[in-house]
Amino acid sequence: MKETDIKFLESAFKKYYFEQFDLIRVPERTSEREFGYQKFNSGMTRHISVKDDKELHLMLMQNVPSDVYCSNAYYTFPNLPMNEKDWKEADLIFDIDAKDLNLSCRANHTLSICNDCNEISNNSEKCLKCNSTKLEKKSLPCKNCIDASKTEVLKLSEILTNDFSINEDDIQVYFSGNEGFHIYVYNTQFQQSGSRERSELVDYIMFNGAIPEKFGMKKFKPNRNSFPDFSESGWRGRFSKYVYGSKSKRSKVISELLSNGYSSFQKTLDDVSENIGSKIDPNVTMDIHRIFRLPGSINSKSGLTKIHCKDLAKFDAYADSSFLSDDTVEVLANCPIEFKLKNKKIGPYHNEKVSVPTFAAVYMMCKKLATIA
Amino acid sequence: MLSLGQDEIAKYPFLADAGQYLKDKGFTLEQFGTDPDLKELITKAYERIQVAADGKIYKSDLIGDQVSKEAALPREVFSFLLAIVLLKLSGMHTLIKRFALAEARRAEKYLEKDLANISDESKKQLAIRVIDDLFSVQIEKLDDYFVIPVSDYLKHSINFHEREWKLINRHVENGQVFLTPHETVRLIRKELGTYINAKIVNAKTPTMIPGFEDSVNKLVMLSKKFSTFTVTTGEYPPCIKHAIDILEKGENLPHSGRFMLATFLLSKGQSVQQIAPLFKNAPDYNERVTLYQLNHLAGTSGSGTQYSCPSCEKLKTQSLCFATSECEGIITPLQFGKKRK
Repeated sequence: MKETDIKFLESAFKKYYFEQFDLIRVPERTSEREFGYQKFNSGMTRHISVKDDKELHLMLMQNVPSDVYCSNAYYTFPNLPMNEKDWKEADLIFDIDAKDLNLSCRANHTLSICNDCNEISNNSEKCLKCNSTKLEKKSLPCKNCIDASKTEVLKLSEILTNDFSINEDDIQVYFSGNEGFHIYVYNTQFQQSGSRERSELVDYIMFNGAIPEKFGMKKFKPNRNSFPDFSESGWRGRFSKYVYGSKSKRSKVISELLSNGYSSFQKTLDDVSENIGSKIDPNVTMDIHRIFRLPGSINSKSGLTKIHCKDLAKFDAYADSSFLSDDTVEVLANCPIEFKLKNKKIGPYHNEKVSVPTFAAVYMMCKKLATIA
Repeated sequence: MLSLGQDEIAKYPFLADAGQYLKDKGFTLEQFGTDPDLKELITKAYERIQVAADGKIYKSDLIGDQVSKEAALPREVFSFLLAIVLLKLSGMHTLIKRFALAEARRAEKYLEKDLANISDESKKQLAIRVIDDLFSVQIEKLDDYFVIPVSDYLKHSINFHEREWKLINRHVENGQVFLTPHETVRLIRKELGTYINAKIVNAKTPTMIPGFEDSVNKLVMLSKKFSTFTVTTGEYPPCIKHAIDILEKGENLPHSGRFMLATFLLSKGQSVQQIAPLFKNAPDYNERVTLYQLNHLAGTSGSGTQYSCPSCEKLKTQSLCFATSECEGIITPLQFGKKRK
């Protein structure tokens, strides 16, 4: 990134951190957490401990980071190297990202930036100018992506509250600041669970690895009695609701399943996981030493804020998460797709000098689609 | 410690304090080597180990969980204690492991029977308490099932590779997993084996006792049967081949895939300098960052921790597994192509 662009972004971020500090939630038990940050064009600084709000504020103002992170884990010595930190426990965290949902809309709002010649083109496998395959993909906001991500969040909370008796108040949902949601779950029996245990939890939530026997289909002498009932709890219930469709169809569907046989049933299980499992990012939940984007901080992939969604249904990601100024600024924009931020339509621009509000300039610059003119 | 009745000690002899038990019964180890009547028990102890070494469960003189005759009870316990003495004198670790596992499976049978006992509440309570005391697993009875918190279940189930133990294939309700008596006991088999193994390993090794030599020598001979040699084909497993493929095509391999590839190759003895060029085609390749991260994984920089290659199970969750029939029976990519001879 160019020096002038970095300067501009840093001053916009600094202004935000100065004026909106109340949006930044210092997590509970602050002094037991590990913090970290990144600056534009440089690597990660981590293993930092922070005492309170004031110290965090100071760190943000002094360093003007592009991204700020905080551990979901609690340590005795958060500022020591990893193997000396003395890990105590970690909150359960989940990441749901629109890019993992195989949505058909993706092709329409994804751009490819060539790493070799900087050419920007609509989503493609090769650079249209120099044929290089080293492409960086950038996706612009889309309502469909956010709505589909919300559906995954709802599936996840349904499993957490119903199967694991987790209190709804202990589940907190944040917009990630780019294309998805971060979910924190507090006060669960899993606080001290390790990575392998959490990985099993991931497979449970994603409906991975189910075997026919547990869902009614026996390998030898299969019979109708072992198939789940419509009203059963847990996965057997969710599976039957999805596969039978309605109570009255149960009998007919079971006959079909039986006649298709065991290996076809295994395939049904694998196929339905795509629909009934919640599509969380397994790596995030499995990682018990992760530093995760700090709530209230800016995501440098977009310039938008990672913000708490009090009412997920009403939450409008690209209107409710932009807190940068409306002052206009002149940029050289190469953004061939139109997008909407703070209820304002912006673009498309084809390699042209334009005056746009700061929040839109930052958005495009973060996506490498504009530079300061 | 639990206070145990006579037939409990026969069922779960590893719970007894060996030295104390002999003293209470008025015996010394030397007597077993010299007294012709007692010497029979050394043969019995040897047989108990031999059965275990063959992967079978020792059939005791107990019928059901009743004592067949009064005298059989102490003999049950003695043969167990003497087996430990023989194992310690022989110093053969493969035999100790096999013995511990077989004894765990023997105890498992009794625990299961006790848990399922509907007529005798005290037997059931004892089994529940044994499980709680030894392994801190709190189980509760709920109708026909035993329930345990999901987090406790996972601590144990992650050691199993059969898919039926995956949480997704369990009845989960209110944060608890429902298990039959058989499954409850099976869940702690490994810990039971580890517990018995640790008890034997930590027991003091006595000096050779006259009359024990023959059986000890026979054990040393027996253990030779179990030494194995392995050979490798040297071929990479499909997950690694796939990752290399992706990189060669210049496509993006996720962080988790790069981690797998690097740790795999490091474990196979390749150096950071040999591995780094593989990542050259990655869309976001940066030599400095790549070398830094490889050195970190190798443990040559940073905390000095050497990272190991993820298990097959973990790779499955990360969608990095592309198993073929040749992968059968392995639990980490590193085992691919290894064959026992």
